[in-house]
Formats: sequence, C-alpha cells, structure tokens
Amino acid sequence: MADQVKLSKNDRIHVWWRSTFLQGSWNYERMQNGGWAYSLIPALKKLYTTKEDRAAALKRHLEFFNTHPYLASPVIGVTLALEEERANGAPIDDVAIQGVKVGMMGPLAGVGDPVFWYTVKPIVGALAASLAMTGNILGPILYFVVWNLIRMGFMWYTQEFGYKAGSKITEDLSGGILQDITKGASILGMFILAALIERWVNVDFSPVKVSTIKQSEGAYIDWANLPSGGEGIKKALTEQQAGLSLDKYKTTTLQDNLNQLIPGLAALLLTFLCMWLLKKKVSPIVIILGLFVFGVVMHVLGVM
Amino acid sequence: MNLNAIQVILVVLVSFLAGMEGILDEFHFHQPVVACTLIGLVTGQLVPCMILGGSLQMIALGWANIGAAVAPDAALAAVASAIILVLGGQGRAGVDSAIAIAIPLAVAGLLLTIIARTLATGIVHIMDKAAEEGSFRKLDFWQWVAICMQGVRIAIPAALILAVGAGPVKAMLNAMPDWLTDGLSIGGGMVVAVGYAMVINMMASREMWPFFALGFVLAAVSEITLIGLGAIGVSLALIYLTLSKTGGSSNGGGSNTGDPVGDIIDKY
Repeated sequence: MADQVKLSKNDRIHVWWRSTFLQGSWNYERMQNGGWAYSLIPALKKLYTTKEDRAAALKRHLEFFNTHPYLASPVIGVTLALEEERANGAPIDDVAIQGVKVGMMGPLAGVGDPVFWYTVKPIVGALAASLAMTGNILGPILYFVVWNLIRMGFMWYTQEFGYKAGSKITEDLSGGILQDITKGASILGMFILAALIERWVNVDFSPVKVSTIKQSEGAYIDWANLPSGGEGIKKALTEQQAGLSLDKYKTTTLQDNLNQLIPGLAALLLTFLCMWLLKKKVSPIVIILGLFVFGVVMHVLGVM
Repeated sequence: MNLNAIQVILVVLVSFLAGMEGILDEFHFHQPVVACTLIGLVTGQLVPCMILGGSLQMIALGWANIGAAVAPDAALAAVASAIILVLGGQGRAGVDSAIAIAIPLAVAGLLLTIIARTLATGIVHIMDKAAEEGSFRKLDFWQWVAICMQGVRIAIPAALILAVGAGPVKAMLNAMPDWLTDGLSIGGGMVVAVGYAMVINMMASREMWPFFALGFVLAAVSEITLIGLGAIGVSLALIYLTLSKTGGSSNGGGSNTGDPVGDIIDKY
C-alpha cells in the first residue's frame, strides 16, 4: 500500500498535550468520554478525511471511559496504534477498540491511585508543605516543578510505549510489572505515611500536669546567687546547657509521660480511630468537623 | 486590607485556574501549597499565604478523586481561605482561623463540584450531536466550555468574597474569641490524621503493616529528614520486591529450599 497514513511524532505530541484536558468534561453519565474524544482529535483528523468516517470515529470514542487521568496515556497510545491500522484497512471493528479501552482502564486505574495519589503526592506534598510552613518559597516551587515533571514525563513515555507496543501492551501489563509497581508503591506509601503521622499530627496534652516535684539542690539554676550583669547570664546559659533545670519545681505533664513511652502515640491512636470511623462509613467531613469541635472543647476544659 | 483593580483581576484569574485544575488534576494549581502561594503572590502577602498553603496541604494530602468519588474540594478551600486571610489583614496571626474556615469551604466546594459534573452530562450530549456531524471544531469548543465551567465554579465564589470586602471579613475574624481560635488551631493539628487514615484504609494489608511500623519508629529520629525517610522507604520497597522474587523462583521447583529469608517472606 503506497498511501499508508502514519501518525507523525508531531501528531502524537498534540494528542499528548490534549490528554492533559482529559477530565475537563467529566460527567456522571460517561465520565471521561468527552475529554477522551477531545484528546484523540489530532490523530482522527489525520487518519480520516470523509465526513462519515470522522463522525463514526468520534461516536465510537464518545463511549464510556474512566481511569486514572495519567494512566489513560498508555491506553491512548494503544488506541492510536489500533486506529492507525484500522485507517489503513486492517479489520479492527468498534468492539475491538472499545474492548481494549475497557480492558485496560480498570487495572491501570488500580495502579495509578496507589502510585500517584497515595505515594508521590503525599511525599512531594509533605516535603513542599513542610518547607512552605516555615515561609520558604522553595516549597511551592518544588511541588509544582517536581509534580509536573513526573507527570508529563510519565504521560509522554507511557503513551509512546503504548503506541509502539500496540495491542500487545495488554498482555505485557497483565504480567508481573504492574503488580510489582503497585506493591512497591504501597510499601513506600505505608512507610512514609507512618512517618508523617509521627511528625505532623499534633495531639498535645501539655496543659495536663501530672506531678510537680521540688528538685534537690544543684539540679536547678540558683537564680538568686548568680553574679550580676553579663557574667550572670553567661553562667546561667552554661548551667542550662549542662542540663540544669530552669525552675526549682519540676513539672511533668501528661505529654512528657506519653513521649517517654512512645513519641507520637496519641497521633497514632487518633489515626486508628479515624480509620475505624471511616470503615464504619462515617463521612470524612463529619470527622474533620468533629475534631475541630473536640479541639475547642478540650482546650476550654484545659486538657489540650 | 483593600486590593486594587489589577490585584482583584489576578486573584479571580488564579481562582479560575484553580477551579479548572480541580477537575483536571494535572498541573495541580488547585493544590493548597500552590494555590494559596499564588494568591499571596498577586496580593503581596506571600509569606502568610504560603504558610496557610503549607498547613492546608498537610490536611489535604490524602484527598483524591478516585473513580466517581469526589474528594473535599481543595481548590475552593485554598483559594477562598487565602483571600479571607489577605482581606483580614492579620498576616501570620490569621493563619489558624483561616485554616478552620477552609474546612467548611471544602464541603461547599464539594457540592459545587457535584453540580458542575451533573451539568457536564448535558454538555456531552451536545458533543454527541457534534459527533454526528463529524465536526471536530464543535467538539473542541464544548470541551473548553466544560473546562471553563469548572473554572467559573471557583472564580465566582472568589469574586463574591472580594465583593463583600475587607470590612465584614475582618469584623467576622475579630469577633472570634481567643478560646475559639486556639481551640480551632488545636483541632487543626489533629484533622491531618483523617487524610492519612483515608489513604491507609486503601493501602493497608497484612503484608504492609511492618513497613508502617518501621516508618513510625524511624520518624521519631528527628535527625532524618523527609528526603532521608523517602530514600529508606524506596530501598525497603526494592529490597522487599527483589527478595520476594528470588524466594518465589527458588520455591517454585521444590518444597523447602533452605532459603530462610525467602521462607520468612513467603509466610507473610
């Protein structure tokens, strides 16, 4: 066949750029279908020239579609390969194309959620947020740049992979690689989440005083007998550095006791409580509002 | 604090971008750490807004649109609370109460999202007609109408808050007593747990809990930065995957292989 229609790299770049807007017309009926058809338009335009062919192509790509927005890219790649063959006369019918789309979207969404939403986003987000909370502009910049580099690179690479592998990709992906990626992401995710709970969930019972003990002589800084002026300040600072207490009376709070046992224990228990409530189908919003109310009440009662 | 005309336009523009991203989930302009910072940038209150953004980001870490489920709306929460923070003119001191305001806003945004997604159903029906005509141009047009509708979803509430103005917003914030703002900030320290709990519920399995325990214990060592913890996590994942594979292949042929590590892993 001399007049084979081929999709150039330029066409594929256009499709890739448009797939950024995949979720733009997300709807409760057919979900990402509008954005899917929108993404494929540069390719369809090149492959089909008559009005009838174009109408048929658009209609078959307005069928139901929904997956993780970034994991749609390999499906787009495969679909491009299939459409290209079809336009060149291969016997690929609508059912086959829809079948590939539906067959791939489920397992791929199952990879995208743990990898992007539960691993990459919490890690990059927590890093950026902890910088931003100290007033460091690098936080937001880092988040934006890192996130988009990962996303754009991933989408282009997997779309090209899908296009080159054609319909074979479905078999490749059903093998071990996908499971490995999902499992690896879950391990990393669980590890980091636990660390974030320890560091960033604040449950503080400092106002509750457990005991007040009068300390023995020499265990605290003797303010009354310090030399006057700069000399005294120097002595006080040196003594404090040496581990002497500032006050004559040592107060132990409930928080101190908890920290000696397991730092972050209260945060951990709170997280488990939230998990349990969520499993009981309590809405996250109700829990969030409840925690605010709880915080205010506990503060007024002098516990937190 | 009052904003001039250019600042008002820029704020509405940032809101529009955040609204678009709320559905697209691609560039992440709607993530609080980015959205609040942008609002701060165009209004000249960069630092307080950035601190607000970082705090909200911590709360929103686990919020994600999965399947047809809609997460609490980070876009409206971020944009509107940042505008209120700017108008209130309290600087850093206003961050805690702005966080508390953000949560009900996230719920309001959730309702707006559901409305917008329902309206989009009508738009795809128009697209169906465009498809019958084989018109690429019309389909493109309606796709952009749908995207802009999502932008307007946030831009209008933002414009409304700007229209109400600094006076009422400030009065409202000043009317909040100390015990309430302090209490809310204590609550704010705890709500972060909800997002984490959502994520853990999705990922947890018996196989994964040991890694959770490791992360929790290592985090108490304050010398290890988040990047360091990330490196440890990646290494653990790689080691585990490699070991479970060698265990699997050697066990494939016979019963016990004398590979103690593989056996231990197989037991999990």
